[in-house]
Parts: sequence; C-alpha cells; structure tokens
Amino acid sequence: MGYAIRRLLVFPVVMFGVSVFVFVAVRLVPGDAIIAMLGTESGLLTPDQRAALAAYFGLDQNWFVQFWRWFSHVLQGDFGTSTTYGKPVLEIILNSFPLTLELALLSMLIALAIGLPAGVFAATRKDKPADLILRIVAMIGQSTPGFVVGLLAIFVLSVGFGVLPEMGSFVPITEDPLRNLGQLILPALTLGTAFAAAVIRISRAAMLDILSEDYVRTARSKGLSDRKVIWRHALPNALIPVVTLSGVEFGYLLGGAVLIEQIFALPGLGRVVLDAIQQRDYALVQGSVLFVAFNFMVVNLLVDLAYSALDPRIRLDKG
Amino acid sequence: MTAKLFSTTLAGAGLAFAMGTTMLATPAMAETLKMAWSQDATGLDPHKQTAFSSLRLLELLYEPLVRLDANLEVTPAIAASWEFNDDATQITFHLDPDARFQNGAAVTSADVKASFERILNEETGAAARANFASITGIDTPDAETVVFTMDGPNVPILSAMTSANASVVPAAEIEAGTIGTEAVGSGPFVLAEWVPNSKVTLTTNPDWAGGTVSYDGIDINVLPDETAILAALRSGQVDFALLNDPLIATLVPNEASLTLNKEPVLAYHVLQLNPARGAMAELGVRQAISCAVDRQEVLDTALLGEGRVTGPLTMPAYRTDPSALFCYERDVEKAKALMAETGYADGFSATVMAATGEPPTAAAEAQVLQSQLAEIGIDLTIEMMELNVYVDAWLKGDFDMAVALNGGRDDPYTMYNRYWTKAGNLQHVANYIDDELDSLMLEGRVETDLAKRKEIFAQFEQHLAEASPWVWLYTGYNYTAQQNYISGFAPNAMGSLFGLTSVSIDK
Repeated sequence: MGYAIRRLLVFPVVMFGVSVFVFVAVRLVPGDAIIAMLGTESGLLTPDQRAALAAYFGLDQNWFVQFWRWFSHVLQGDFGTSTTYGKPVLEIILNSFPLTLELALLSMLIALAIGLPAGVFAATRKDKPADLILRIVAMIGQSTPGFVVGLLAIFVLSVGFGVLPEMGSFVPITEDPLRNLGQLILPALTLGTAFAAAVIRISRAAMLDILSEDYVRTARSKGLSDRKVIWRHALPNALIPVVTLSGVEFGYLLGGAVLIEQIFALPGLGRVVLDAIQQRDYALVQGSVLFVAFNFMVVNLLVDLAYSALDPRIRLDKG
Repeated sequence: MTAKLFSTTLAGAGLAFAMGTTMLATPAMAETLKMAWSQDATGLDPHKQTAFSSLRLLELLYEPLVRLDANLEVTPAIAASWEFNDDATQITFHLDPDARFQNGAAVTSADVKASFERILNEETGAAARANFASITGIDTPDAETVVFTMDGPNVPILSAMTSANASVVPAAEIEAGTIGTEAVGSGPFVLAEWVPNSKVTLTTNPDWAGGTVSYDGIDINVLPDETAILAALRSGQVDFALLNDPLIATLVPNEASLTLNKEPVLAYHVLQLNPARGAMAELGVRQAISCAVDRQEVLDTALLGEGRVTGPLTMPAYRTDPSALFCYERDVEKAKALMAETGYADGFSATVMAATGEPPTAAAEAQVLQSQLAEIGIDLTIEMMELNVYVDAWLKGDFDMAVALNGGRDDPYTMYNRYWTKAGNLQHVANYIDDELDSLMLEGRVETDLAKRKEIFAQFEQHLAEASPWVWLYTGYNYTAQQNYISGFAPNAMGSLFGLTSVSIDK
C-alpha cells in the first residue's frame, strides 16, 4: 500500500516533465496553426491579418507566457479549447477515449485468449511439430505490420465477400452493442492477433523455464495430473512476463492505435492526437499526450501491483 | 485444396455474417445519399477556410453571389444578374428575390455588404481578402441591389466572387459572432450534424431558391484511408465517394457496379525552381532544366498517365497547345549545351522538397525528376516533409526546388497575380521579378475584350515558359466514384461537388 502511495506521489512530477516536453516539442516542429488552417493561402495574409489570427490561436505571446497560461489552467482542470473542434480539450478526449479503451480491452482479450493457451500448449509439446508450427505462426504474426493485416482483411472481405464492417459513423456500445461490436471486431482482431503472436512466444518461453523447476518435478512425482501441474502450479508463475508484456502493450493501446484507427475510420484517441498534430492544435496535442501519459503510469502501477498478487515472494515495499 | 478453400470460405463467410448483422441493423434510408471522403472539413467559417476539403462542404451549405457551372461559365447563385460599368470599375449585382437563408430570412443587399465588409476586415483573417482588396466602396441602393466600386478596372473580380470564400452570410450572424460555430447559409443543404473527422449529416434545404434536390440529404463518412473508401464502395456501403489518389481511382473501373467520373482540373503539378538560389539564378540553367525534363514520362510514371502535359495556363478558355512552348519536347543535348554556356558543364547539387502524400504522387514525381536531371549532371537530393513543414518552408521561399501541386483558377490574372506581379502576395515564393510578366498581367487585368485578353495571356504564358522560373508539368483529374444507380452528377474542373444537387438515386 505504501508502495502505491509513493508511486502516486511521483505522478505530478512526471506529469510536469511530460507537459514541458510536449509543449516544447510540438512548437519546435515548423508550421503553426495558421499554416495548418490556410495552407499556402496563408501567404496572402497582411501583417495585421496574421497578427489577428495569431492572437486568436494564442500564438501572440512568448513560450513562457503561453506555457504558464496553459499549465495554470490545467492545474484547475481546464485543458483549454481545441482550435480545430472549437470544444474543450477534455470533452474531446473523453469522447474519444471510450472507443480506445474498448478497442484496447477487446484486443487484449483476443490476444490472451489465443496467445496464452497456444503458448502453454507449445511449451508442453516442445520441439514437436505442433510447437514448431506455433512458433512459425507466432514469428509471422509478430513480423507482419498491423496495417498490412488490416488492409488485407478489408480487401478480402470487400472483394471476396462484398461485405465490410460499417465504417465511419461509429456507434458507442451504450447506444447499440451489436452494431458497436460489428464495427470493432475486425480492428480488434487485427490488433489482437498481432499481439497474440507475442503472447505465444513469451508464454511458451516462460512456461518452459517453469516446467524445469524443482517444484514442478516434485508436483509431478507426487502423482498430480499434467493438467493440474500446468494450470495450477506452473502457469501462475509463468504469467509474470506475460503480465509485464501485456501491461506495456495495453498502455500503448490506451494511447490509441493510430494506424488501425486510421484504416478502419475509428474516431479514437490515436486519430485525435494525429489530427491535432497535423492541425498544430497545440492545446489538444498537449492535453491528449498528458492524458495518455497518465494512463500509462496507472497501467504500470497496476502491473507492479499485479506482480505481488501473482507471486507473494515479490515484495514491492522493499523494492 | 478444395477442403482448404471451403474452410477459408466458411471462415470468411462467418466473419462476414457477424459484421453483416450490423449492416442489417441499420435502417434503410433510400432517399439519403451515402457518401465518403478521406479528408474532412477543418472548419465552418466560409471566409476563413481555404482547404479543398473544407470548401467541398461549405459550397453545399453557403452560396456566393455567382458560381461557376460545369463549363466554368459564371452563372447566377444569390445574384440573378450582374453588369460591369463601361470602364469595369463598378460591378452591380441584382439579387434573386427568392433567395432565403436557412433560418427563413431573405438574403438582402445588407447581408452581401456585411459579408464583404467582414472579408475585407483585417481582423477576420480571411485569406481571400487579397482578391477583393481593390474594392473601395459597397453601395446598397435597395434591398436587392449591390454595387461594388473598385480602385481601377478589374474584370477578374467577378471570377473571384464565385469562390465559396466569397459566400454571403447573414448580417445578423456576423453581428452575433456565430460565423464558424453555426452554419446558416442559403445553399442547397442544411448542416444537421458535424462530428469532425468522423461524419457529416446534411439535410436538403426545401427553401433553396436555386432549384430542387431529388433526395432527402447526404450522410458523409470520413474514411481517412482511400483503400477503405474503395472497399466501402465495393460492398455497397457508400453510394458516392470523392477520391484523391489516382492509384486508387484507377481501380474503380474494374468493378462492374461502379462508375468513375474524372474531370480535368485546373490545379497543376509543377517543379518550382528558386531563381534566387545558386545556379538557378542563371536563365540558361533554368532553361536547361526545362529542356531536360520529359513531362510526359513524369506523368506516365508518377500518375500512370492520368492527366495531360500543360503550360502555365490550365483553364480551358485560355489554354494553348503546350507543344508550342519553349522546350516542351525533351532535348537533352540542348540542355547540356545550355549548362555548358552558363559555366555549369559539370552540373551542380541541389535539394528538391516534396510534401508527403500531398499530392499522393509527390514522391514518385521527385524520383523521376531526380533521374531525368541526373542526365545533365544535376545531383538532386529529395527531401520529403510533413505537409505543414513543407508549406512553412514554401512560404518562406526556403528551398532550391519544390515539387508542388498548386491550385488553379478560371481566370489567369486571379491565378497568377500572386506570383508574377511585382506586388503579388506570394512574389517572395516565386522569387522572380520580370518586368514583362508584370506589365502583361496588369494589361490583362483591365482588358474587358475576351479575344484581346487571350492574346495578352498567351504572350504571358510563352514568356513564362521561356524564362522557366518554374517547370510546369501536367494537370491531373478530379475523381469521384459512384454506384451505377446514381446518375446526374455534373463534375467541374474546380473540383466542386455542387453537381450533387442534380443527382438522382434510382436503386
């Protein structure tokens, strides 16, 4: 408990560091909001017109003033207003986050449902044909980029079967769960199967390590069935690297799967950040990145807490 | 093999069924046009938005005084008629008495005046202001008449007034400061819902004075990946789509249920040289580059031949035969001789910048140009940039060479005044001052006789091609794709989607 509190106390420091980094990084990129809005036509603006637009986009002050104006509002829970959407940044983030969270959860579910049993199965059939096949499949799965799988799926379904998940007008799960699932299943499968490949490899390796441990041999010599040995005694200990890997992957997914959201036209957090960067919507970039960083830290903390739950020998307080 | 095929088919069919249920669950809306595009509008203020993607939406909601038809002829919109005075220093518009804003209020001369005053107000930040800066007075003798007075003869102003950037908005909305947050126009469609980068819902405006639309509205989905748009067309999810990528568009004719519309556009692909930089300051070097470029090969390789080689004037009324222009037939020997004459027999190194994905063929164009110019000893390094980074460098004139796709207009003066007159707003981008180009431009601006204007601009084009500050390459097409049960769409060379008003859905 003390460990969790200590980690929580570090959050504000990390968040401040992220704020400064994002604030500076996004401004170092050439091109500003005026160029993003008007393109080459911005060259037609008179100096007075440019000054009026700079004031509108909040670009008329130096960086320190801009940062303080933004950060002091963040401390009060106001992440600013998006110049692209004309809405509060927090509202845009919270509107797009449920989709991202749902997609992340669904993909993790698919990945673990496929990857974990397959990894365990491969470990128990070490160097036999089934193990070899699974290892090759995992290798292919890991080395094929998600967007290739996504585009291929779209192509095969539309050309081969004349059908496609409904794209563009996303329906939240609260409005129509069936339509929502129909829209998310293909992107979740694309993301999930790619990650399943990694889960197969890591769970197989961890399982092989555990199966050679003394206590497993002891369990077997006591006459326990293979199923009990594997699922009750070996698997919980083999889960630690899987949890680590899943935590990191889940953290990434909560930041939005940009390419998959782009291909399947899902208005998730990844697309919000991408569009915000392209439009030089500084408040939205800063707010979204801060939000993503916060999620990542929470997931990391939960992963650390999960270690001690899985293996009581791991004492976080003394770590 | 058969068993494998069966299991693959079964698996695919199962997944298709799972997803198909979501399609079945969608209520059928036969009278709504389902549309897709890859780039959404970036705002709703018709005076501020300049991106093609924004203008495509805004021209369905708002109306200017006049618009261009499919043949690029100026036709009535809010104004039923108009006339210039004898010396083209005044233009008078007579408004359509039936024109109504979507809130029911009549469109009056006061709304027109307020709209143009807003455009001319520097605080608005309207890029289109440059086209109207010559307006010195706006008079409204009655509710249906507006008289614009200019600081000198100005024929091209009528063409500038056809832009969605010259839309008429309600004076009351300007007063209330709601332009850009509310969309109250007088156009054929009403904005029912806009979820940026996701979807746009339009309903037909029953009070539109311009005619009758035969369906209830348009549902536009934003599908950022054009492969997905093609897939959505194939699966029947989408009735009509806008396509930017020629490589995707050329796949449409393979589908029996789809029709591809392609219309030559005025926007031109060009290799911009920077005559203020190094070797490019020499006329001989610029001409050598022009002679060394095989425009047709660039077109065939980068754009699969989907377009035509062009000179500077891309508008049908002024277009001339490009083969008569300087060095439009590739002549490498002449190019080498010109390089030698200017002291660059051994060539030189330069950088060419291009924007990633804008146009989609930019990288391919740069690569072909790189290999063609290598033949005369020019060692080109290609620098691909994110669009806004590219535009930033372009606006500063901070490049040796740039591969660009620049917008076209129906009038040569409006199109090129910004680059090739001494007072042009983007003269610093072209970085080339030429007395003859400047005087020909100004002559063309005040000439009201079309035949004489054509002569003036033909001279302008010839001189520009010979001076070679830029190497004009070709124009491409605007692509739209539709299901075969859609008919009546009239595309135009400006890429306007206004032709959707005449579409019928006959499922």
